[in-house]
Amino acid sequence: MRKLLVLFLLAVIAFSLYKPLSTIEFGADRMGSIENPTTVGAYYLSKTPSELSVANVITAIVVNYRGFDTLGEVSVLFLAATGLGSILYRRRKEGEHSISISKPSSQLLQAGSKLIYPAILVLGAYVFIHGHLTPGGGFQGGAIIATGILLMMMSYKDFHLNHTVLTWIESLAGITFATIGIAGLIVGKTFLENFMPIGTLNDLFSGGIIPIIYIAVGFKVAAELAGVLDTLLSIKEK
Amino acid sequence: MILFTISIVVLAVILIGVAVYAVMQKDLLFAVIATGIMSLILSVLFFLMQAPDVALTEAAIGIALTTIIFVITIRNTSRREDEVPILKESDASEMDDKQKAKI
Amino acid sequence: MENIDFNQILSIAIYGSAVGLILIGLYAVLMKKHLTKIIIGLSIIDAGIHLLFIAIGYISNGTSPIFSEKGISLVSEGTKMVDPVPQALVLTAIVIGFGVTAVALSLVIRLYRHHQTARIDQIKTLKW
Repeated sequence: MRKLLVLFLLAVIAFSLYKPLSTIEFGADRMGSIENPTTVGAYYLSKTPSELSVANVITAIVVNYRGFDTLGEVSVLFLAATGLGSILYRRRKEGEHSISISKPSSQLLQAGSKLIYPAILVLGAYVFIHGHLTPGGGFQGGAIIATGILLMMMSYKDFHLNHTVLTWIESLAGITFATIGIAGLIVGKTFLENFMPIGTLNDLFSGGIIPIIYIAVGFKVAAELAGVLDTLLSIKEK
Repeated sequence: MILFTISIVVLAVILIGVAVYAVMQKDLLFAVIATGIMSLILSVLFFLMQAPDVALTEAAIGIALTTIIFVITIRNTSRREDEVPILKESDASEMDDKQKAKI
Repeated sequence: MENIDFNQILSIAIYGSAVGLILIGLYAVLMKKHLTKIIIGLSIIDAGIHLLFIAIGYISNGTSPIFSEKGISLVSEGTKMVDPVPQALVLTAIVIGFGVTAVALSLVIRLYRHHQTARIDQIKTLKW
């Protein structure tokens, strides 16, 4: 009975999704011309090279045009990390290991992860420093760094994350983001206004405040995700 | 265009298959690995549809981090979907016979 | 061979798989009893919605919205780029989805510690 009801509901949803989607042709050009933009996407494409001189339009949208949105997103991620810590909080005993992996990992995994851990960190830093030139950015780079830290956590039992350092990195990155936003309010007109010189397209030092904010976001995301993984991995097995 | 169409269609079929497997599998660890494979295929699809930024995000977060937090959860909870729990004494005494028979 | 409409096949494949993912995830959320399975269903719904957004933003023979060195001249020549707005939205949604999944899974772990089960049909009390 319940299954029938659910299948009926799914059929209704499928039909109501089919009707609007059948009018949207896949791959059709709905953007309008870039010279005379009518949609918001075409507007961003036409304005980004001249206004911000940022090569990657997605970075320009995420950090500059919708920068306030990104500030909210970063705070949601921070709240998620904090909430996770408080939900899973359990007082630690004296001399307890922070990571609760019971068996030691193999020699091969230990040697291999020691070898590629610095490479992963460098790749992550590359991805978020070059966020305005190539695909990537703060979120991707931070997630890549978190995977590197995860690899070390899983292969070494005594790999220790310093929580004070993590908190400081996170807070400083968040403060940098908010300070740049307020500086835009003071120097220019609006919150997060791009008040720095924009440089030329495809230079590393171009785009004004965009690379600085994305580097801060990268550090913040890396610290938060590493904190989440550390909290989850330090749950004691019963 | 032909190659693009064929690759998209094949990936879409695998995507649906892996998602159905993830939902139907009773062993949750297998289901989680299937979700990771789904993220991998999704990442390739994003790349084919000219969204390299999204593909990179999905590759880092969807494949690595989401899978590992699911695996940690399964380690701390039960692995089988249909597992009957070992009841604590206090819980068992509170239940009446009807509920006991149900379990 | 010439009169095959590739766009028709592509739209059926992409929109079909996106809607299919949403429906499969919704089925798991509604029908399954184990909480981890329900969260797997939620992440499948997420994946379907992301795929739908990217597919709607795609323009055939378009390039990804990243300017090369001669990028500004490329625009005036009329080379198409795919819509960047859905990509930016999906970028945000993936990261938020990870946070949501992490918090949901931590609640599952906490519930399991208290009730010794993660199946919603075996949890009898409301308070924990």
